Amino acid sequence: MKSALKYAALLAGAVVFAYPFLWMLAGSLKPELEIASLNLLSGNFSLQSYAQVLLKIPIARAFLNSIIVSAVTTASVVFFGSMVGYALARLRFLGKKMLYTLILFTMTIPFQIVLIPQYILMVKLGWTDTYLALVAPAMMSAFGIILFRQFFMAIPQALIDAARIDGCSELMILFRIIWPLSRPVIITVALLTFMSNWNEVLWPLMVVREQSLMTMPQLVTIFTTGGQAETQLGYLLAAATLLSLPVVIAYAFFQRYFIESMASSGLKG
Amino acid sequence: MTGLNRILRRGRTGDRGAYWFILPYVIFFCAFVAYPLIFSFVLVFHRWNIVTPMEWIGLKNFDRLIGDALFYRSVLNTLTFLIIHIPLQVVVALALALLLNSGVRGRGLFRALYFLPVVVSGVAVTILWQQIYSFDYGILNNILHAAGIPSVPWLVDPRVAMPSIAIMATWKNVGIYIVLFLVGLQNIPRELYEAANLDGAGTFKQFRYVTLPMLNPTVVVIVVLSTIGGFSLFIEPYVLTGGGPMQSTLSGMLYIYNQAFSFGHMGYAATLGFVYALVILGVVVLQRRMIEQDVSS
Repeated sequence: MKSALKYAALLAGAVVFAYPFLWMLAGSLKPELEIASLNLLSGNFSLQSYAQVLLKIPIARAFLNSIIVSAVTTASVVFFGSMVGYALARLRFLGKKMLYTLILFTMTIPFQIVLIPQYILMVKLGWTDTYLALVAPAMMSAFGIILFRQFFMAIPQALIDAARIDGCSELMILFRIIWPLSRPVIITVALLTFMSNWNEVLWPLMVVREQSLMTMPQLVTIFTTGGQAETQLGYLLAAATLLSLPVVIAYAFFQRYFIESMASSGLKG
Repeated sequence: MTGLNRILRRGRTGDRGAYWFILPYVIFFCAFVAYPLIFSFVLVFHRWNIVTPMEWIGLKNFDRLIGDALFYRSVLNTLTFLIIHIPLQVVVALALALLLNSGVRGRGLFRALYFLPVVVSGVAVTILWQQIYSFDYGILNNILHAAGIPSVPWLVDPRVAMPSIAIMATWKNVGIYIVLFLVGLQNIPRELYEAANLDGAGTFKQFRYVTLPMLNPTVVVIVVLSTIGGFSLFIEPYVLTGGGPMQSTLSGMLYIYNQAFSFGHMGYAATLGFVYALVILGVVVLQRRMIEQDVSS
């Protein structure tokens, strides 16, 4: 009896979290008049709303932009982040302690304080309405560096010494010896970086006005707030579904990695 | 032999190659962290719309902020959001985590479902909730109607709009905190429960005197992360309400954005960001102190 109650509660939770998404998907396929219904099924499903969204906004292009921006920033955060993390964990140099403190310090700065000056920097560099503005300020992450450092500290020194005696350069040690051992931390940093850049809206809204350069969430935001959707619910829901789909598909395959990475991101507090 | 030499040489001078490893970050830091930080100190003393030359106005931006009703309104709105969002988040996350941790089947599946809103773009979630909250044809009012309860003006009543956003944000983020609580629960040593059992503590007492105190570090993390998240609230009011009705959902970030991009007040927007950062740091420090005191007493 008690366990029946438990399952009832768990199921109720599942409905609360999953039903709205199913409703969104169903609504994007239904004719306008049927959307308000709580019933998920309809005899009149069609792709009409999707056709309209594709016609009205360059969402395929926006998808490509989002992929480019997220992929470049992720590659950069992993590549450079692991280098700095390695130096902090395994190399000796003057000012190491200071650098580490500095990186921890940057993590405590609320982003509100640097947002406007960063935007002005983009304007002064002439980077607004270019990929550079979307990518450059996200090329490194203090949090990524700290995660890499933590992980690299636990790798046995003997392994590194052996490689040094064999004449490996530090760069070769990092990429040939350390990287293959660091899959978990690389996946975590990569996934978190990709997700946060993929979902970022505020910064793109600030630095990009040119429609062909907009990221996917930004374009959908403007579609929603700018009146292009003509208050047609079906269009809005179709746009929201298109925006959610890539992430949901990725999540369906790599669910465990998503959850584990997010859990470790919470530990920074 | 050369390898051995290199190891011997590294002894005193350190690794010269190390500077190449950190150089990219140092450049990045100077350009995108240090420079904006220093520039923000300059901006707060100026009036500037980017196009015309900067104009030095001393402390006038701060003067204006002190008398700015909208600034106070945005802080108040954020606090309203946090007062509802944080307790709701903690209670729901803890309840679901306890359920998931009680040896039920299908744990992984349920956890995956609860986590789904976390990965979906905030814009998509906000568009979805716009329809859920819609007064005339929204899911929620439809359900209430079926149960014979009058419709709730979720987004149109200034007293209800911010709480509505707080509920939506909880729905979106609670998955992260469920996972954090699950980690916390698994880190509690079994022996503690065995000892409590021997002392004759029932389920409730075990929860009160073993589980809750042991989860305290997790609660601290959740409170701090939710607070920072609450102060960063932007896309939800931007898409849902535009800050209305009657400025009741104007968040700090939205106000900064409006000042900078609707009115071109860069100096004042930077001042708002500056003061907001101080408020955030203040609130977080205060929270930490309060929670830590609570445990020691």
